[in-house]
Amino acid sequence: MNEPLFRYVLRLGDLSLVLGQRLGEWVGHAPALEEDLGLANVALDLIGQARLLLTYAGEVEGRGRDEDAIAYLREHGEYLNAILAEQPNGDFGQTIVRQVLIDAFQLELYERMSTSTDERLAAIAAKSVKEVRYHLRYSSGWLVRLGDGTEESHARVQSALDNLWPYTVELFAEDELDRLMAEQGVAPRLDEVHAAWSARIERILAEATLNRPKDRPHSWHGKRGQHSEHLGYILAEMQHLQRAYPGARW
Amino acid sequence: MNAAAAPVIAERISLAWDALAAVDDPEIPTLSILDLGLIRGITPRADGILEVGLSPTYVGCPATDVIRRSVEEALAGAGVGGFVVTTVLSPAWTSDWITAEGRRKLDLYGIVPPEHSTASLRDVRRMNRPIACPRCHSTDTDCISEFGSTPCKALHRCRTCLEPFEYFKCI
Repeated sequence: MNEPLFRYVLRLGDLSLVLGQRLGEWVGHAPALEEDLGLANVALDLIGQARLLLTYAGEVEGRGRDEDAIAYLREHGEYLNAILAEQPNGDFGQTIVRQVLIDAFQLELYERMSTSTDERLAAIAAKSVKEVRYHLRYSSGWLVRLGDGTEESHARVQSALDNLWPYTVELFAEDELDRLMAEQGVAPRLDEVHAAWSARIERILAEATLNRPKDRPHSWHGKRGQHSEHLGYILAEMQHLQRAYPGARW
Repeated sequence: MNAAAAPVIAERISLAWDALAAVDDPEIPTLSILDLGLIRGITPRADGILEVGLSPTYVGCPATDVIRRSVEEALAGAGVGGFVVTTVLSPAWTSDWITAEGRRKLDLYGIVPPEHSTASLRDVRRMNRPIACPRCHSTDTDCISEFGSTPCKALHRCRTCLEPFEYFKCI
């Protein structure tokens, strides 16, 4: 088995899966029906990405695990998403801030990955990036409205941005696996993705009249399976049915 | 494959296309899957099995599994012989592949067909040409939400006749 590729595909798939699961928590609770539908649709696309990626991870692994076995039957430490994705929804503004930060990341990553030397990842990225553009259009549209809105909405999204910003550092912290994937042409170089992300985020924050927080050294290692306590609660809910009724299907 | 088999295969392929033309999209039943441009092709393999390439619209669209099942049932019902339905991710499906007939049917159904070619999609945040109301044709409309009742549609509202309407997003 190509262990590095397996782990890399899990990083991508888990980011989409965990964020999709988080957004699903809004169903029935969003501030308006339109936002309920909007967040649920983004969640659906993210889970669609996760299905394609985790299916591929299972094939790379070659032990007969399908998307469901990988999504529902792994433990906490086997999830390789950056921990920004698992941060709580908070209020609507905090959800939107988290979404803008990750949408812009996926946009810059997938655009470059659509020419990957790995044909399967190239196809998944080229397909997904079209949808991610709409995710960012939605999330950034809201961030501008909230940031450049009332005193209250501005204060709330600025505070969410200050709280979530430190976690973005992990998205771009290149480790050996990221370097190896870039050398093989499987993935783009993270410093390139970072520069493009940074420029895009700057423009959105300027329009939203928000201040960009300072980057600080990070000590998060979700990409290596070290998670915040939040992931455990997400998995408890997401995996409950498969754990209680193994093999249950719709 | 011998020469005598060729006309038989051509006939099977033509039967298969007819069968596919009768498969409707489960979410927008006015459109067939051919109108939506979901079938990439029907290719006979060396062993005589027909390979039918199907493109998903959105990666998470719940209709994808239903469409696949309907395609399999239609092909089996039409007696096209051995076939296999494969998922084609690349090139990714685009709303540019909706046929002229498909656009006409969307319009009649009250869903505004995609306004732009996907070539203009580099940055969808800047893509804000007004969408005309399908009922009164006023362009004084606004987008209520980027996401409507299905992943492929956005919700809009007409400020002239005050009716809400759906827009098939270009992707």
